[in-house]
Amino acid sequence: MSTATASAATTASAAAKPRLKTSAMIASIAGEGQRTKPAPFGHALVELAKARPEIVGLTADLAKYTDLHIFAQANPDRFYQMGMAEQLLMGAASGLAHEGFMPFVTTYAVFASRRAYDFVHQTIAEENRNVKIACALPGLTSGYGPSHQAAEDLALMRAMPNMVVIDPCDAHEIEQAVPAMAAHQGPVYMRLLRGNVPLVLDEYDYTFELGKAKRLRDGADVLVISSGIMTMRALEVAKALEADKVGVAVLHVPTIKPLDTETILAEAGRSGRMVVVAENHTVIGGLGEAVAGTLLRAGVVPSAFRQIGLPDEFLKAGALPTLHDLYGISTDAMVTSIKGWL
Amino acid sequence: MDTTQLGHNVPLTERAYRIRRNAVLMGEVQGQGYIGQALDIADVLAVSYFHAMRYRQEDPHWEGRDRFLLSNGHYAIALYAALIEAGIVPAEELETYGSDDSRLPMSGMAAYTPGMEMSGGSLGLGLSIAVGIALGLKRKASDNRVYTLFSDGELDEGSVWEAIMSAAHYKLDNLIGIVDVNNQQADGPSTQVMAFEPLVDKLEAFGWFVQRVDGNDMDVVVAAFDAARDHPEPKPRMIVCDTKMGKGVPFLEAREKNHFIRVDAHEWKLALDALDAGRTA
Repeated sequence: MSTATASAATTASAAAKPRLKTSAMIASIAGEGQRTKPAPFGHALVELAKARPEIVGLTADLAKYTDLHIFAQANPDRFYQMGMAEQLLMGAASGLAHEGFMPFVTTYAVFASRRAYDFVHQTIAEENRNVKIACALPGLTSGYGPSHQAAEDLALMRAMPNMVVIDPCDAHEIEQAVPAMAAHQGPVYMRLLRGNVPLVLDEYDYTFELGKAKRLRDGADVLVISSGIMTMRALEVAKALEADKVGVAVLHVPTIKPLDTETILAEAGRSGRMVVVAENHTVIGGLGEAVAGTLLRAGVVPSAFRQIGLPDEFLKAGALPTLHDLYGISTDAMVTSIKGWL
Repeated sequence: MDTTQLGHNVPLTERAYRIRRNAVLMGEVQGQGYIGQALDIADVLAVSYFHAMRYRQEDPHWEGRDRFLLSNGHYAIALYAALIEAGIVPAEELETYGSDDSRLPMSGMAAYTPGMEMSGGSLGLGLSIAVGIALGLKRKASDNRVYTLFSDGELDEGSVWEAIMSAAHYKLDNLIGIVDVNNQQADGPSTQVMAFEPLVDKLEAFGWFVQRVDGNDMDVVVAAFDAARDHPEPKPRMIVCDTKMGKGVPFLEAREKNHFIRVDAHEWKLALDALDAGRTA
């Protein structure tokens, strides 16, 4: 396991110097000067665990890189290090849930969704065990290459019966999602943003509710339906396009499954707006196709439907900002795309 | 009824006979099945359910029960046979085996069957779940144990070794693994599909208390379960059971391809007759 060679050096560097180009595994998703909050998942779990003695934490040699170390330090007797063994990690979590405990399991999204899929499917989801799986490096949030880029996790997890799937946007949302995960009886998969996590939604009078989509701003020309960090980008896009007199509404859909079809249909059914679904995930099988299916099944046909997401190919290694530009999920790239579609 | 008061007047050999008989009767319902495995593991199941484990036949979820995990879900027919003999599954359900809407599907699933603690089918899951259950029992300061039956073929799965390593790491002395070494898996003899010997040396090197016994010799199986329970070291325990596929039915024992057995209609009667002959012998 390589160490985190985070791009902390960039913050101190003079403005004249070019941005550090790194394909580090752990790269910050926060933009320069953006407000952040450290380890929101770890702190929220510690807070929740005070009142919930049945909560235990398990990881597969990634406590420090999933913010679970915050929980482990606060509750050493409730923390299980399972080693670099993701199948065991999921099976053991199932066993602890079988005995009435509520395991919060962490690893990287690639390992939970790819490597341990059968164990999540058979030992957790099929038996509807009360296991909460929080996975770091979701979508394209690492420049380390395809081994660590979880472009398919939403498609895999939402295909699994019983599994609730959450793709939170920022630190504010993660703090609220953690108790909501615990309040739900059954397995939950949450994409985890770790380290210094951007703070955005606290400015929007926003409260996370499991299974609910929320309109963060309205606009007459374009409706962006988004999840995860793409909502952060969508809000920036909306501000940028305001200058061009283009009205962009943003519907944030943090729960990929169950999908809030009612709100999506109500928003997408308003006539005259182009619908753009933006996700930090392959365009196959994620939010975009889930929304498309929802609209088709209901007979709702927007004036135009577009997807912003990762291509159906193995992604490159490189610096995150470079890759986000390349694959069209940076704010600038989104602005360019949407303008071109108008 | 608590098994501590369960009729110990019935000899374990008679329990094993009835488990085998139940399994053959269920096999007859479908005309096929994992009969060879059911016959080979019947003695171990008799010891598990009528000597070693605590449970309540009328309350399969009783918190004070010992947990029994069937990792090799295709052995479900064997476990159903034992659960019927133990009174956890009503005897009249025997004839529903493998049928639509039955609580006894051909591969064991937790949600279907009283007394079934996990869903198998995909192999190599059981020991990982057992590690979690054993940790959970310790968290609850429970003195119950988790028994996990798995097959020699499952030793091919890396997850089994992940679990074996972690059980020793966490000193899970409440975990008792039982490997059925019948040297038969889907593509042929287990030792030829993937070499796993010397198994005892490997398990001991991983930090387990290991015994290897003839899994069809009732007295030594009883002694092994007792020793596994009473062993003083803080280690997980493994009982490696060498068994004979088709045990108790000579023409099935002799059958070369016996991983999944199809039996002609007239042969079921012959199988029952063979079991009866062994019972009175």
